[in-house]
This record gives sequence, C-alpha cells and structure tokens, in this order.
Amino acid sequence: MWGVVYVLPWLIGFILFFLIPLINSLRFSFSKVESNANGLQVQFIGMDNYINALTVNTSFNRTLVESIIDMVVNVPLIVIFSLFLAVLLNQKFRGRGIARAIFFLPVILASGVIATLETESLIEALNAENQTGSFISGLRSFELQRMMLEAGVNESIVMYLTGAVDRIYDIVSQSGVQILIFLAGIQTISPHLYEAAKIEGATGYEAFWKITFPMVSPLILVNVIYTIIDSFGNNETTALIREVGFTNFNFGLSSAMAWLYFAAVALILLISTYIISKRVFYYD
Amino acid sequence: MSHLLAAARARILSLNFWKKWLWIIVRFVLIVGLSFVILYPILKKISTAIKDRADLYSPIVVWIPENFSLDNFRQAIRVMDYWETLLNTFTLAGMTTVLTAISCALAGYGFARLKFKGSNVLFACVVLTILVPPTTILIPMYLNLKDFSLFGLIPLFNGGKPVNLLNSYWPFVLTSMTAVSYKAGLFIFIFRQFFRGIPKEIEEAAYVDGAGVTKTFTHIMLPNAIPAIITVCLFSFVWQWNDSFFTTTYLTSSKVMSTQLSSLPHNLQVQLTAGVSQEDPFYLSMVQDTGILLAILPLIIIYLFVQRYFVESVERTGIVG
Repeated sequence: MWGVVYVLPWLIGFILFFLIPLINSLRFSFSKVESNANGLQVQFIGMDNYINALTVNTSFNRTLVESIIDMVVNVPLIVIFSLFLAVLLNQKFRGRGIARAIFFLPVILASGVIATLETESLIEALNAENQTGSFISGLRSFELQRMMLEAGVNESIVMYLTGAVDRIYDIVSQSGVQILIFLAGIQTISPHLYEAAKIEGATGYEAFWKITFPMVSPLILVNVIYTIIDSFGNNETTALIREVGFTNFNFGLSSAMAWLYFAAVALILLISTYIISKRVFYYD
Repeated sequence: MSHLLAAARARILSLNFWKKWLWIIVRFVLIVGLSFVILYPILKKISTAIKDRADLYSPIVVWIPENFSLDNFRQAIRVMDYWETLLNTFTLAGMTTVLTAISCALAGYGFARLKFKGSNVLFACVVLTILVPPTTILIPMYLNLKDFSLFGLIPLFNGGKPVNLLNSYWPFVLTSMTAVSYKAGLFIFIFRQFFRGIPKEIEEAAYVDGAGVTKTFTHIMLPNAIPAIITVCLFSFVWQWNDSFFTTTYLTSSKVMSTQLSSLPHNLQVQLTAGVSQEDPFYLSMVQDTGILLAILPLIIIYLFVQRYFVESVERTGIVG
C-alpha cells in the first residue's frame, strides 16, 4: 500500500512523459504527420516512413551503420580499459587521492555540449598542427604499430589496438562512470579471498584472473549496457534524427528513424547481454 | 646445504623485489601519463584563453603566450552574458537536481523495500526508460509540451486552451518532479540498490519503536543513504549543466550555459562585424574555448569541494548490488 504512494510520482511521470510519448512516437512512425492551424493531423500510411528512411533518405543508412560500428568498436575498449584502471586505482600508492580525482574529472567534463564542442574546436586542430614533435605526438602509436607487426601479430588486431592508442583521450574521457562502477565492485570483494590466495602462493596476476575478474564479471555486463546507453546522447544518428524532425519538420520520418535506431540498439543490447551473461559468475 | 638454500631464497626475494619495483614504475608512468591526457585539454584551454590574438598564429608560442591578455575573457563574458547565464544555469540545474533526488529516492525506496503487487513489473518499466534512447520519444514529448493539457485537465480551468510549456523551466520541473528527467532511471536504480543494501533490522527496529513508514524513511533511511544522495546529486547537476539535448529543444530562448556556448561564435561574429564580413574562424574558436573554460569553471570548483565525499561515497554506493 505504502509502496504505491512512494512510487506514485514516478508512475505519473512514466505514463505522462514516457509511455504516452512512446506510443505516440510509434504511431507517428506509421503516419504522415502534419501540423496546421487546426492542430496536429496524423494520417496512417503504413510502412512508408520506414521504407523512406532506409531507401530514399541519403544519409540514414550510412550514419546508422557508422554509429553502430563506433559503438561495437568502442565498447570493449572502454570496458577493458576501465577495469584495468579500476584495479590500478584500487592499489595503495602515494597520491592515490589525486589520481582518483583526476580520473573522475571526465565524468564532469566529457558530457553534453562540452564534449560536442571539444571535437569541433578549431583551436585544438590548430594546436595539433603546430606541434609535431612535442610530447603529445610522442603518444602516437607509430612505433608501437611497427613493433607489433614485426613481432608477427595479426594485422587487424594491431590496427585495432593502435587505433585505441590514438583515441586514448576519447576512451579515457568516456570511461569515468565505468571506472567508478568497477571500483565500487572491487571494494566489495572480501579481503579474505586475497589473503587465502596469497597463502596458497598465488601471484598478483593469478589473483586478478581467479578472484577479481570473476567477482566483477556481473559488473562487466552492467558496464557494457551503460556504455552503449551512454553513446545515445552524443552521436551522429541522434543528430540526424533531430535534424529531420526539427529542421525539416518531417515528424513521421524522424520517428521512423528513431524506431529503427532503437531496434538496432535493442538488438545489440540483447546480443551482448546474451553473450556476456552466459559467462558471468555469480558469487551467491 | 643451508647457506645454499639461503642464497637461493635471497635470489628469489630480490627477483620479487625487482618485479615489485618494476610494477611501481610502470604504474607510475601509466597514471601520470593518463592524468596528463585528461588534463591536457584543460591546460591547453587555459593557455589559449590568456593569449592575445596576435599569438594565435605565432609558431614560437606553444604554452606560455608572448602577449598576455585577458581580452578573450572579456569577450566571452560579454557575448555569453556570463553572469546572467551563470545564474540561470545554476537555478535550472539546482532545481532539477533537488527535485530529481527527492523523486528518485522515493521511487528507489518504494522499489527496494515497499514491495507491492506488480512492483517488479513496474521496475522493469524503470529499466525500459533507461534503455529507450531519448531521441525516440523526443518529438511526441515536444508536441506534448507545446500543447500541454495534462489528460485534458488544464483546458477545463482556463477556457479550453492547452498551455505552451516550451521556453520555460516547466518541462524540467515536471520531468524531474516525476523522476523521468534525463537519466533518472539510472538514479532510481542507484537508490534501489543502495536501500536494498541497508540491513532490514534497522528498519524493523524503527517500526517496533512505533515509527511510521514516512518517519522511518526520513529519519532512518535517508541519513543512511547520504553516499547515494551525493552521487545522484552530483551526476544530476553536472548532466543538467552540460545538457544540450533537452535544453536546445525545450528552452530555445532562455540563456543557459549550454545554448550560449554553442551559439557563442555566431553571436560574437554578429557583434564584431555586424554580420557583414567574415571574422577569422580561428579567433572565434579561441573565444569559444575561453567560453568553455568559463562554463566548466563552476563545475570544477564544486568538484574540488565534493570530490572526496564523492569518491568515498561511490565506493559505498553499491551501484553494484
């Protein structure tokens, strides 16, 4: 009884600002929507908008595929990177507080409008032009790439990894929340497990793979989902959908695109959840 | 025999010793390097902001400007209408943060402890709100807010006309009051996980002592949930502050940080040249970078104050479950 009272504000919001808009959006996607003096006129036209989005519109296919590829490429990198950093930041060393403060800074800075403007900044481009040979270009992966290729590593893997090094800022700046989640998870692992492992003579490496990794594996799922969702806010497809809706005022087409996008994302979420949850280890 | 053993042990010890130090060095390099990667854009912005226009193309200026100048700040503050924008953004973000925290805490507690028939189904709906991209419902939301009627109730009171809520703070107030604002599903999830982690005995003791549900919630559960509250407040505040997705849709004419920031180069261009000729795009970008710096400055100041509690609290938030 009290439960309903506590959940009620959310329930009102859910119906008013989520469920009704969601149903309307689905309805729009199958209709021709016209706004005139008498208000909104919605006329059912079947699958036309979907066909239009996929075959007539010049950029939707390409943008959608690009966004999805970006997502598929970045998600594993971000998750692995943030797990690694969480383990690192959990160790005891001097200046840990400062290091943590800096690593969570992107949670604040790399969201919304600032992240968007960051990528468009001409000054950044100019700076990059001006300073070949300074420290930051030392971070580039040219040497690494050569070394790995000579060591006989598969070319596509090398390209993937060196690409990751070149995009290190993007990856660091998108993994703030994920590091937090992993860090919180690692802290809940009982120290007894590590003590026992140490007595048995396990190395730090073994302790990671036998204890830390299985114990945080449910969080890998959480983080994969979070990373996918996080990419909604700021990508090309979202921008295109908005443009079609608010610049061209083609509400029907825009809704159809949004639903195609949602379907694609839902599919990715389902596949990754299925793959990961088969391997996840639950302690209790 | 025994001295041989001792020597062997010493060698292993020293190998471990070296491995340990090697790891410390690698870790140090990694942390310093990555910290630099994170701080680099901010440092670069500071250096750009204090440069004079003449230094922009100068090849000898990398970090320290040759001609120190605060002109960029003056321009950015003037064009962005900084102080008014700051106040507006603060009001908007503060308001939504407080309302979001309250409504999400209520919902989180309801889902965690006050189970009722169908509460699991409703919680699945919360997860659904997290999973559906905001873009999908953007247009109906926009149309809904443009002719807002609240199930046809409002027209009953003011002569059959729905109200237009666009360009006001109402969309933000209403969505955050009802826990469906930006990423609110995530906040409900955080609160629910946290409340589930608080021992049941505390709650039962309160009930035995004669406290009602409301009193237990406000006097026992909320004080215990401070880590979760801090986390949610910081996230909510920051995401609202930086949000351009909803503000550019619902709030086109009001002066808030994110909209002012993205239109800064355009506005500056119009003001400097009266829209006739082209101003140097690099100069416009320079002022915009200064604007970004001014926009994130309040966030960084807040973060400096709360970061200790924030980092500590996240560790105890139990987003984990």
